[in-house]
Amino acid sequence: MTAIRATNLSKRYGGTLAVADLSFEVEPGQVTGFLGPNGAGKSTTMRMILGLDRPSSGSVLVDGRPYEELRHPLRKVGALLDAKAVHGGRSAYNHLLAIAQSNGLPAARVDEVLETVGLREVRRRRVGGFSLGMSQRLGIAAALLGDPEILIFDEPVNGLDPDGILWIRTLMRDLAAQGRTVFVSSHLMSEMAQTADHLIVIGKGRLIADTSVREFIGRSSQGYVRVRSPRLAEVAELVKVGDLHPDHLRVTAMSTLEIGTLTARAGIPLEELTYVQPSLEAAYMELTKDSLEFTS
Amino acid sequence: MIDILRSEWTKIRSVRSTVWTLAVTALLMLGIAALIGAAAKGSADGPVPGEQAVMLGLTGTMFASLSMATLGVLVISSEYRTGGIRTSLMAVPKRLRLLTGKIVVFTAVALVVCTVASAASLAVALAITQPPSLDMGAVVKAAVGGGLYLTACGLFGLGLGTLVRHTPGAIVTAIALMLVLPQLTSALPGQWGDTVSDYFTTNAGQQIVLPRADNPLGPWSGLGVYLAWVAAAMISGAVLLRRRDA
Repeated sequence: MTAIRATNLSKRYGGTLAVADLSFEVEPGQVTGFLGPNGAGKSTTMRMILGLDRPSSGSVLVDGRPYEELRHPLRKVGALLDAKAVHGGRSAYNHLLAIAQSNGLPAARVDEVLETVGLREVRRRRVGGFSLGMSQRLGIAAALLGDPEILIFDEPVNGLDPDGILWIRTLMRDLAAQGRTVFVSSHLMSEMAQTADHLIVIGKGRLIADTSVREFIGRSSQGYVRVRSPRLAEVAELVKVGDLHPDHLRVTAMSTLEIGTLTARAGIPLEELTYVQPSLEAAYMELTKDSLEFTS
Repeated sequence: MIDILRSEWTKIRSVRSTVWTLAVTALLMLGIAALIGAAAKGSADGPVPGEQAVMLGLTGTMFASLSMATLGVLVISSEYRTGGIRTSLMAVPKRLRLLTGKIVVFTAVALVVCTVASAASLAVALAITQPPSLDMGAVVKAAVGGGLYLTACGLFGLGLGTLVRHTPGAIVTAIALMLVLPQLTSALPGQWGDTVSDYFTTNAGQQIVLPRADNPLGPWSGLGVYLAWVAAAMISGAVLLRRRDA
């Protein structure tokens, strides 16, 4: 069953169209990246999924129903929108307890999720003093409380240190591997390339691409082989199809094996022979350049 | 619904602002009762009559009403300030149920604390003034009235907080509607002006704690009129809560 289905979803704030006629589906068992430049309408879309903002037109269903109609929504959907959106005066435990109680979840569940996110030691501390990384973990603990099938994260790695980024990435992969739906927004292609299986790319509130990550990579730019050698000019002559740069040769039409065989036969020593992955960032920039709100 | 009440109880008891505003309310009630009581005892020629002593005991409600309104405002506006309202609405997407939960829990807490504070203030005032005769029925009625009036003031704040969503804005609105405008309405000319003044928010509500002889409203009808104001604020807030994006 489709976890999230948006149909012709639009949101207008005054004169601005934040989300325009957006239709997409998010499937379980994979991480779906929701990608777009800042101001593309990602957060607005997520708020509409969660029933916080009302669509101007169109609809979005969660597990086949509008979010408002879920009886214990946290048992179905867990979301982290803004990690700092907590009352700083409450302890981590009480913050989570109030959320758990509202959905009829046992208090023991609070201790479980605190353990999962590694905040058990600080459970009695006021959350106002938490670092961004700790707040992010607390937000994820809240999202996990109801053991939900669907998880929604809005820019979860923003402002995190490498440790935290790795932790969240692993967590999202694990959740998807358990068969859950993971829908995560980001404005960084590189981040999504490492986490997501599927991509929904939007710009200026409109759908730009809805594709698997592999397809996206294949469709966008090509990879190439970088060759370096003390006798670079001879290599260039040998492979013929290369593109000569001052300190290296770029070859798109031949594999590393082919180039290596040629140069070995000719007895030319190589310093480097590397296949360079296509730049996702470049492909993404290309795709969204028309929809950037501000350009420098 | 019981889940939501439990959750709101956890929320209200787990922040310091609740403890502080309730403590301030109680201290204002007790402190002013003691002060005014002592002053009345000192300046009176003879014994202080029982009826007057009871009123002295509740003089603090004039100020305690604002600290209760502040707490009422904070119950919802603090969630808007922090953004926690989104977490709350994700957990309870039926918005009126969330608001109902807040109203019920706040009312229960306010009724208990304010009735106890009123009773204690009356005890202090009576202990200091030592009136020669006392109608115990009137004392009990005053304690209950004080609790009801202050709770209504808190609910007024909760309604305004829901409407305005912004803590300072809602508190200023509460002060204007509960303290400033009621005074100003007495300057309105003519019979029509008197009626507006008599029925205006706390002018009507105070009939149950500090009745004024020139106001035609009785204690209960005055409280009823005040509750209508509270309901108007709460209903406007509820309508907007349903309609607005969170």
